[in-house]
Amino acid sequence: MSMPARQVRRHAVNGLMTGLIAMLSALAVLALVLILGDLILKGASSLNWAFFTENPVPAGETGGGVAHAIVGTAIVVGFAALIGLPVGIGAGLYLAEFGTGRLGFFVRFVADVLNGTPSIVVGIFAWTWMVKPVGRFSALAGSAALAILMIPMIARTTEEMVRLVPHSLREAALALGYPRWRTSLRIVARTALGGIVTGCLVGIARVAGETAPLLFTALGNLNFSVSPTHPMQTLSLQIYVYATGPFDEWHRLAWASALVLMGLVLLLAIAARWVTRQRYGTGR
Amino acid sequence: MSSPEPRWTLRGPNTGDRAYRVVLTGLALVLPLLILVLFAQLVVSALPAIAKFGPSFLWTSTWDPVAEVYGAAPMIFGTLASSFLALLIAIPLAVGVAIFLTEFAPRWLRQPVAFLVELLAAIPSVVYGLWGIFVLIPFLRAHVVPPLKAVLGWTPFFQGAFYGNSLLAGGIILAIMVVPYIAAVSREVLLAVPSSQREAALAMGATRWEAVRSAVLPYGRAGIIGAIILGLGRSLGETMAVTMVIGNRHDIGLSALQPAYTMAAAIANEFTEATTDMYLSALFEVGLILFIITVAVNALARLLIWRVARGAAVGSRAL
Repeated sequence: MSMPARQVRRHAVNGLMTGLIAMLSALAVLALVLILGDLILKGASSLNWAFFTENPVPAGETGGGVAHAIVGTAIVVGFAALIGLPVGIGAGLYLAEFGTGRLGFFVRFVADVLNGTPSIVVGIFAWTWMVKPVGRFSALAGSAALAILMIPMIARTTEEMVRLVPHSLREAALALGYPRWRTSLRIVARTALGGIVTGCLVGIARVAGETAPLLFTALGNLNFSVSPTHPMQTLSLQIYVYATGPFDEWHRLAWASALVLMGLVLLLAIAARWVTRQRYGTGR
Repeated sequence: MSSPEPRWTLRGPNTGDRAYRVVLTGLALVLPLLILVLFAQLVVSALPAIAKFGPSFLWTSTWDPVAEVYGAAPMIFGTLASSFLALLIAIPLAVGVAIFLTEFAPRWLRQPVAFLVELLAAIPSVVYGLWGIFVLIPFLRAHVVPPLKAVLGWTPFFQGAFYGNSLLAGGIILAIMVVPYIAAVSREVLLAVPSSQREAALAMGATRWEAVRSAVLPYGRAGIIGAIILGLGRSLGETMAVTMVIGNRHDIGLSALQPAYTMAAAIANEFTEATTDMYLSALFEVGLILFIITVAVNALARLLIWRVARGAAVGSRAL
């Protein structure tokens, strides 16, 4: 059966657009593959025991590691989570449980807007409040900046996860005479726990890679330090310094550090997916 | 009997309920408080510069820490130009991904591709910067800029020598970084389009593409525009990757091959060097301008997206 010319053209356009759109998607995936591929290609060969356990050697010399930055990342992000998670989860519970009114709408809106605030702005804010008055850069100031970035993220994901809990569960608990607050915490939040943990892990993964808010707060440190009131190195700051520095040796270490940071972020992201999958069967 | 509570609940809210609500409300109020304090602090810190330079801060381009004269026009221009370039590249990619994932891809392919594209958002900014310096810029220098200059060298957009760090490099890096955000939100918007829209078009004999173009995209238009504006907000405030590849020069030029500057990059670069109070204050004013622009852009994006997908936290979950 021969089709009229118009039909042929319409189907040709359809085929063309389908191909174009598939190609665009392939291009986006290609970008990811290229970046991850380069990280492994240029970073993996530098990963060895010394890289993880030693501190940097003086500029210009070869060798050394980033133990101080790995420990620093854990400390800075750990304190950030300590401040950010409770506030974020609480705000999220509020939005899910009482967030139907005008205040709920407003808080939700502010959270979304705050989510898009440039992290560098949060950095200079944290500097003003926590570095300038003391006269010293500190890991804690960095944690505070990261916590500010975490709160709106965690609040929104927590809200969404709590909202997924079926209404019948809540009604069953209330019908049995459970007070609202215990229903909310013991039944609703408990049921949504997997989702909330996922949100927290994703939030932690996000801020673990942040650099801009740490430039004027945690500052960076070439030596091993675990004191939260002093400057501290993180992997992200280390990558920035090494990548923009003049030495080939630094560039090599920058790629290796980036691979480690990326691995850390991916590990958290995969853990997040895994937690949800456990609870909701096939996941999203 | 293990549970003595029933008697209380029958009498309405008990002490526990009231305390619970107060605590949660307090925690929720942290968010508006944060944004308010942030804004107020930026204004206070920027006040000396605002008082000294007035509105001309926005359109003068002298940036001279020695003479204490500051004008932010080059960074404002660079911020807008790099974000514009980024969107130019990112929109077709991201919307293409979203359409592919909701309309064309075979079912088994949707989840993995969506996951991979979302992973782009998980890559830290500083890693993008590293990749930009050592992979993208050499690639541009060897394979992209020469043909680009050969074909479009006569336009004002591709004039001058290419030294690597440039508006072009910044724009491309930004584009890759915002694709996952625009794609994730657009996808959720397209998923929210009722299937009856598609089915109606297909039943009328439309091809798949015609159904997308005439039924699905118009329905989700506001949401997709919202997604794009959200991406714009991300790229305006992006700091590290841009700082590392854009060249950091106080200059306004139309050529994408030349170095430029952005507001975020200026703060990142100069904040620790700012020795005088006026210098610091000028940088705070830059931060304030950036903050106001991004808040406005994000608010607009949210309102548009909410209109389509009511109140859903689309995008804020994107990994």
